[in-house]
Amino acid sequence: MAGKISFTLNGKTVDLDVDGERPLLWVLRTDFGLTGTKYSCGEGYCGTCTVLIDDEPVQSCQYPVKNAAGKKIVTIEGLAVAGRFHPIQEAFVKHEAMQCGFCTSGMILKAYSLLKKKPQPTYQDIIQGMDDQLCRCGAHNRIVRAIQEAAVQMKGAVKR
Amino acid sequence: MSDEKNRPAAIEDIDSSVTLDRREFLKLAGGGIVIFFSAGDEIFSQEPARFQAGRGSLPTDFNAFLRIGEDGRVTLFTGKIEQGQGVMTVLPLMLAEELEVPQESVDIILGDTDLCPYDMGTFGSLSVRSFGPALRAAAAEARVVLLELASEKLNLPADRLQAKDGVIFDRNNPATKVTYAQLAQGKKIERQTKQKPSLKKPAEFKVMGRPVARRDARDKITGKAKYAGDIRLPGMLYAKILRPPAHGAKIKALDASAAEKIAGARVVQDGDLVAVLHEQPDVAEAALAKIKAEYELPPSDLNDKNIFEHLIKVAPQGKPVAQGGDIGEGAKLAASTFESQYLNGYVAHATLETHTALVKIEGDKVTVWASTQAPFRAKEEVAQVLNIPAQNVHVIMPFVGAGFGGKTNNPQTVQAARLAKIVGKPVQVAWTRADEFFNDTFRPAAVVNIKSGISNSGQIVFWDYEVLFAGERSSQQFYNIPHHRTVVRGEWGGGGRTSGHPFSVGAWRAPGSNTNTYARESHIDVMAAKAGIDPVEFRMMNLSDARMKRILKAAADKFGWTAASAPSRRGYGVACADYLGTYLATMAEVAVNAETGAVEVKRVVTAQDMGVAVNPDGARLQIEGCITMGLGYALTEEVHFKGREVLDLNFDSYELPRFSWLPKIETVLLDSPEVPIAGGGEPAIITMGAVVANAVFDATGTRLFQLPMTKERIKAALGK
Repeated sequence: MAGKISFTLNGKTVDLDVDGERPLLWVLRTDFGLTGTKYSCGEGYCGTCTVLIDDEPVQSCQYPVKNAAGKKIVTIEGLAVAGRFHPIQEAFVKHEAMQCGFCTSGMILKAYSLLKKKPQPTYQDIIQGMDDQLCRCGAHNRIVRAIQEAAVQMKGAVKR
Repeated sequence: MSDEKNRPAAIEDIDSSVTLDRREFLKLAGGGIVIFFSAGDEIFSQEPARFQAGRGSLPTDFNAFLRIGEDGRVTLFTGKIEQGQGVMTVLPLMLAEELEVPQESVDIILGDTDLCPYDMGTFGSLSVRSFGPALRAAAAEARVVLLELASEKLNLPADRLQAKDGVIFDRNNPATKVTYAQLAQGKKIERQTKQKPSLKKPAEFKVMGRPVARRDARDKITGKAKYAGDIRLPGMLYAKILRPPAHGAKIKALDASAAEKIAGARVVQDGDLVAVLHEQPDVAEAALAKIKAEYELPPSDLNDKNIFEHLIKVAPQGKPVAQGGDIGEGAKLAASTFESQYLNGYVAHATLETHTALVKIEGDKVTVWASTQAPFRAKEEVAQVLNIPAQNVHVIMPFVGAGFGGKTNNPQTVQAARLAKIVGKPVQVAWTRADEFFNDTFRPAAVVNIKSGISNSGQIVFWDYEVLFAGERSSQQFYNIPHHRTVVRGEWGGGGRTSGHPFSVGAWRAPGSNTNTYARESHIDVMAAKAGIDPVEFRMMNLSDARMKRILKAAADKFGWTAASAPSRRGYGVACADYLGTYLATMAEVAVNAETGAVEVKRVVTAQDMGVAVNPDGARLQIEGCITMGLGYALTEEVHFKGREVLDLNFDSYELPRFSWLPKIETVLLDSPEVPIAGGGEPAIITMGAVVANAVFDATGTRLFQLPMTKERIKAALGK
């Protein structure tokens, strides 16, 4: 059950003595206090708890923490570098791509992985890429606009 | 039209709690000038008579405060909360406008029950519409007090002084000046003006009516924004609550031995409340799953199919809320008569944040962090369950992950309070998604019966409207109809105790109005189609309200509507509404796949007139959100149940709108400076059921008399 697990979390190597079956979501939220990653459906239907593992979007409520061993995890708290917002974050602010904000962390990280794969996405690419992320407030059209804007801003930017 | 029609809808919750004593507040507020005012008649006298009736039911102690600090920054205190609709962005604009300070210099504290004036809750489009005028009056009075103070300090008559950007200067010699900060320095003054100053006219606005960026965006893109579940206290425990299989189920036998064996898990049974607590929420949840419970289930044959028959049977006697002319006389004038029934199912709030609360008890003091739309109600509920005076309870408001009316009660907070008292540690209760669906106060299933008639020329001559269980709001039609009657049977609130519903029901974004607008605007189209008249033209012919005609025309212009009687096969729909003083018209274009029954909403235009849009950017964001959210109750959202068991417990079967549903959305904002400023968080959702139903009819020639218009219902209606 419990055992040492080591991974990179927002750029820092961390060691953890933990039951490896515990969902990553709760390890992040309670053991590390990284509460930017939210719980919403708990069964992998909504995308709210999305984090990046080796740049791939993962629903952390469904992900046993032992699987993260040796991997690179990025949460919303780790997206800004040296106090500078990522262009996707800037675009979300510019287009007011949120209301209650509860889905925002997952939306931004999902968009990050989408733009990593498709730096110049079509409208349909964005719709398909984001379709599993739920938003109850109806900020969808602003989120699409923000992702389009971020794609333009990131073009030619240093790859991260 | 009768006077009844113009009554404001019932305020959800009438409560008269205590406000913070002024001296107590002064102690808390520390240095600076504090302006107090009371929201008396003078605030509401600025609204036309039609909004004054019924206002007597508002709490008389509805106050608001602001504080001017020694550093010149202004702190706004409001009992409202931020659930995503931009309250924390729009209220500072209203204060800045009247106080004459830059809006950037205004800080805001929301919903803190020790610091903020009593507020019954953030709902009903009240923040701008009702709290707004009170806040503006406070700011205007503060400005006058500051001018008086400046007059004394500068030894100049007040009428020679002018306030701008937090500075008061001599008009004749602008170099002679004093800042608000200087006036506030080291002083503690409670002072009221002799006369209540009047508020600015829209033409004088410098801050209000201009778009401004939302204040919470940066915290929300970085994960810094704290919600109730994000608060951490030393020694806190996370509780997971045992959920019965059905409403009304009683525990017969309970075996928690397996759960108790899990290291660190603590099982608590306190009457009907069974919980597992642990220092890790996921471990608490895993332990809870090991509890074996046997229940006695309440007998019930109800389900989501036979519920309408049942509701019709048990509906209480009606009360007419609007009446004019004589229905019998009207019927004699009719060349064609119509009779239809409209059904609407139960709908969940399904906010992404589940109900969450953290309660800490220290001696006789209690601190609460909760996801609630009504912090002052939470305070009362916690005081009651702990049997302590309400002033010992302090509710602090984090961000709320949306409410839509679903977070006005505080059951999770009461659970956390009970558990915190029992275990002697701070306790967080965060409902699981299944808990959230199960315990939700759903928008009630409802039935509307309409009989009507039109003359040969297409004038509506009578309108006999009866609504069961949706309530009064938006039930009253606004067309020019000589003989009409609107009867309301049963309200949208209450639940099992007072109604025929198998579970609790309550306010859901624009309570009642979604059902009433769906029925009314569908039925208008039924008549227009029979008359062979274009549905926009038919509305124009039957409207005399110039403001409504203007907003309808604005929508038609933006949409590019051209006249054609339905079904035109273009898939165009229209719907109008008046929601608590906000006028709107929505148009949509749909495509219907007859094989699959799928409805694609391709384009939606909403034109909205809220008097003045205080923050036009925020208003547009709310309209867009309402349109997108409204697609859900129009097309898929419906709670399935069997007996008193809720069958939809997650987003696999309960389908929310997604990116792939997104229509092209266009908004038009029109001002009506002569009317009171109205709210924008709810109106644009109420036309979505009707506009899509009308567009589906226009596309197919088939009308759906029940929401949601699921694929199965569309296919069945089309005979596929």
